[in-house]
Amino acid sequence: MEEVDVEPSPTLIPGAGFHQRHLGFEWGPGDLLVYETNYKLQGSKSAGSPFVHIVRKDEDICSPILRKLFNESHLIFVGLQKIKEDVPSKNKKPQFVSISKNYRSVIRACMEELQQNAVLTQDGSLASQYGDQVSILLAIELIWNLCEVLFIDAAPAGSLLLHLLDWVRLHKSDVDTRAREVLQSDSPTRHQSYWDVVISLVLQGRMDEARQVLSKQASLRAESSSVFRRMDVLLQTMPIFNPTGTQTLTEFDVKWRNWHEECDRSLQDNTFASNRHLETICKILVGDEDALLEQKELLSTWYHFLVSRLLFTHPTIKPPDLHYYAQSSMNMFLGPRASPEPLDIILLSAFEFDLHQVIKDCSIALNNWWFVAHLTDLLDHCKLLQSHNLHFGSNLREFLVLEYASGLFTHHSLWQLAVDYFDHCPEFGRVYLELQIERVPLDTERKAIKVLRICEDRQMSEQVRSICKIMAKRALRNNRLGSALSWSIRAKDAAFATLISERFLQDYSNKGSFTDLDLLDNLGPAMLLSDRLTFLGKYREFHRLYGEKRFSEAAKLLLSLMTAKIAPRSLWMTLLTDALPLLEQKEVIFSVDQTYELMSCLEELNSGTKEPNQTDQDEDIESTKTELLRLSLARNLAMAIVKEGTIET
Amino acid sequence: MDCINAKYISQKISKTRWRPVSSASLQQPDVFATGSWDNENNKVSIWSVGDHGVSNIDGEFDEEPQLLCDSQHEGDVLDLQFLDQDRLVSASSSGAVMIFKLQTDCQAVSLAHVWKRAHQYSCDNAPCTAIVCRSPEIVSVGEDGRVILYKADQTEVVRVIENADSSTIHAVTFLRTTEVLTVNSIGQLKMWDFRQQSDSPAQILSLTGDRVPLHCVDKHPNQQHIVATGGQDGMLCIWDVRQGNTPFSLIEAHSAEMWEVHFHPSNPNHLFTCSEDGSLLHWETTSGSDMSTLLQRGWNSRVISHSAVPQAGENDSVVSAWLAGDSSKSRLEATHMLPSQTLSVNSLDVLEQCLVCGTDGEAVYIHRQLPV
Repeated sequence: MEEVDVEPSPTLIPGAGFHQRHLGFEWGPGDLLVYETNYKLQGSKSAGSPFVHIVRKDEDICSPILRKLFNESHLIFVGLQKIKEDVPSKNKKPQFVSISKNYRSVIRACMEELQQNAVLTQDGSLASQYGDQVSILLAIELIWNLCEVLFIDAAPAGSLLLHLLDWVRLHKSDVDTRAREVLQSDSPTRHQSYWDVVISLVLQGRMDEARQVLSKQASLRAESSSVFRRMDVLLQTMPIFNPTGTQTLTEFDVKWRNWHEECDRSLQDNTFASNRHLETICKILVGDEDALLEQKELLSTWYHFLVSRLLFTHPTIKPPDLHYYAQSSMNMFLGPRASPEPLDIILLSAFEFDLHQVIKDCSIALNNWWFVAHLTDLLDHCKLLQSHNLHFGSNLREFLVLEYASGLFTHHSLWQLAVDYFDHCPEFGRVYLELQIERVPLDTERKAIKVLRICEDRQMSEQVRSICKIMAKRALRNNRLGSALSWSIRAKDAAFATLISERFLQDYSNKGSFTDLDLLDNLGPAMLLSDRLTFLGKYREFHRLYGEKRFSEAAKLLLSLMTAKIAPRSLWMTLLTDALPLLEQKEVIFSVDQTYELMSCLEELNSGTKEPNQTDQDEDIESTKTELLRLSLARNLAMAIVKEGTIET
Repeated sequence: MDCINAKYISQKISKTRWRPVSSASLQQPDVFATGSWDNENNKVSIWSVGDHGVSNIDGEFDEEPQLLCDSQHEGDVLDLQFLDQDRLVSASSSGAVMIFKLQTDCQAVSLAHVWKRAHQYSCDNAPCTAIVCRSPEIVSVGEDGRVILYKADQTEVVRVIENADSSTIHAVTFLRTTEVLTVNSIGQLKMWDFRQQSDSPAQILSLTGDRVPLHCVDKHPNQQHIVATGGQDGMLCIWDVRQGNTPFSLIEAHSAEMWEVHFHPSNPNHLFTCSEDGSLLHWETTSGSDMSTLLQRGWNSRVISHSAVPQAGENDSVVSAWLAGDSSKSRLEATHMLPSQTLSVNSLDVLEQCLVCGTDGEAVYIHRQLPV
């Protein structure tokens, strides 16, 4: 067994485990059942508390706002799976990037709604719960965005830094609000955050905006305007790599180095000595690490520090070199004594291009498989994951998607989404689905119909049969014979159809008439599903024909029922008894041959072994019936022979 | 396609219905109700779609529906209908039929009356599967095979037809003021006349051949004898109930169960269907025929079987487009209304130029510029 990655944290279950009682537990599909046992370390055994506790790890699945995340991402997931395989991966990159952006926009939409609700709600614990979810979603979006930049978009040197700058800008939005605040105030230059705003903008590489804010200063102080103009020039001439332009990376590098020397010269000349703020900015432009570190508060995170550092020291950074700078930036920023948080470690692994470590750490840190399942699936489509076979199950992507979908299946409503996820797990998806789909509770017929459609579309005939049997049994118990029959027809379950027919026939012999005539009269081709059912249909038809006084047809039908051996043996007596009124009619209905056949049937019936449980009374009734039948048959035979022998003149 | 708005509402939607607009004004509907299913706590919710006149520069209406109010609902909402402007009737999987009252300006919706266990088995609950209203009368049908008639203001039910059906009745619609038509899970249409005392149907229609369960039925708004049904195999059938045992048209509409079929209430040459396969189709007859000419000539003279092909230049303005029974492309056009394949579309409603539908993907789609 492998070692545990992290020490598991204990969860306290209120109301259990008192008095040193041992707890027992049982795994469920998504949760854990915990109960107190009778076992005690010391003291006499006695009954424990009668409660069973349900412990659920994943509360997110119950949140109504996060449900939108699950539903919308399901749509994106299904769309992703449909992208055709034949186009080579390179041409699909923009598609993958746009899908990644779709996922992220869904996360952002959810985040905004959670934030709105957190503000509006009056319940304190709910507000803090929303707050927690918001921060988790923020972290998820941060990691996803970085993965998109580094892995999916896979920007080369030059563009890499631009993407990283965008990434940082997106996740440090308070700069805009502060800038707006400063600019809209009466006297921007005297605002306390003025220089903070300028420096923040410079750190994010937004030189034009920084210049705009600085220009407020320049218009004021005429005497030091030359200094401001100099700074303005420096900011303006900072080269920015244009990936779509004709300039190559080396050309850009040369230009940048020139500019860098220019800044350095300004620093050495003490041009900005008069204004310490401008001097700080110049130091930053030169890429002085200490100057950058001084701005810890404005940077607020080590990865911002990393990107700013790269911007001013190494803008042509290549992806493989990233991790060296990342590690050192983190160490410098956090200091020797601080321990990095899980998020920091995940980001560092991303900078080191260690995908598996990223996925692994995310799986441990989050309590829901949503993020890792979708991200891994997307990365797998980009062919970035080596087929990393695990010791159990199949590859990593399938494992994570299966785990996520299994979690979804435990939800009373979201199980329908899980079906599509299982569909796209080629190795084990079908087996998982077969096991899970039978356990969906079926309260109404409509839900059963939906579940059946899922099974039928995937040719899961076992499950179809079992579900139809459950519904048919339930219908039978409630005396809904028509419903029961329609379920058996759907499952093509001959055995159950026979059972239902038996029930009908039982009702008939008890009550003397058929119930549910609307069903029996309109069986149609479904009659052929089982022999008993065919018999039932035909028997009912016989009664109808008799009712319509079409005696000869009725007689023919009755005879065929017996001779074709469709009728069960136990009912032959009943059928023969039904023949009695036909035999007793004034007109001869049964022909000679037919009468002989009836007689042979009667004899066949009597020659069978006697039932052991028959009482004397029953035997008497049976023999009386037989006598009556023999008499009628004989009379009919006589009349028929006479009739057929007569020549009509 | 650009006029479709989607909103995710965190509950699987079983029914969506527009609130009726007063017939005098030509307003577009702007309030709709949804019912949820398969939740631990189901709800009936009322939404508004915002000002009709407000649009941005592109001419798109990008107002998202806003939740106005909602109410807890015991059991799945299996059917929902507006009785009038302020009252909503729902059919529940617990067997109850409930009336909800909507406050003026939709501030709140609350339970006004409930007929508990209207549908039941002797030892169990029987879900009530469908209801239809024609104020003040309500008719409900359920899995127990009963047809029950209520009056909106009376606490006791007016009439119960016991054992109306041996199988589940899936849908019901009014044909005339005292006649209803039900469809069941062995593929039969049954007409019931409440004026008759007996508990047996006035007429039974069914397809010869396989008894495929029928799930929905709708009557032509102007012609009481034309009825459309949809079933488990996704076939759309148009029937003439006076004529007898065969439908006039059999159209392969969907690849899975058809959940709802609706004629457009004011322009009956348009038909809408939605299905378990995730599509919503808009059917249009293109022959430009007219109902009134049909009445003048009489349908008897033009009974066309469904395999007939019209001759070139034939004067077919006489026959109702639906009864012509010909589903070749020149007569009937179907367009997909939803942008992409979704999970099952459970319900739809059309009124004037607005369409609303709800899916199992917990999304409501609204289209406010229908080409009708």
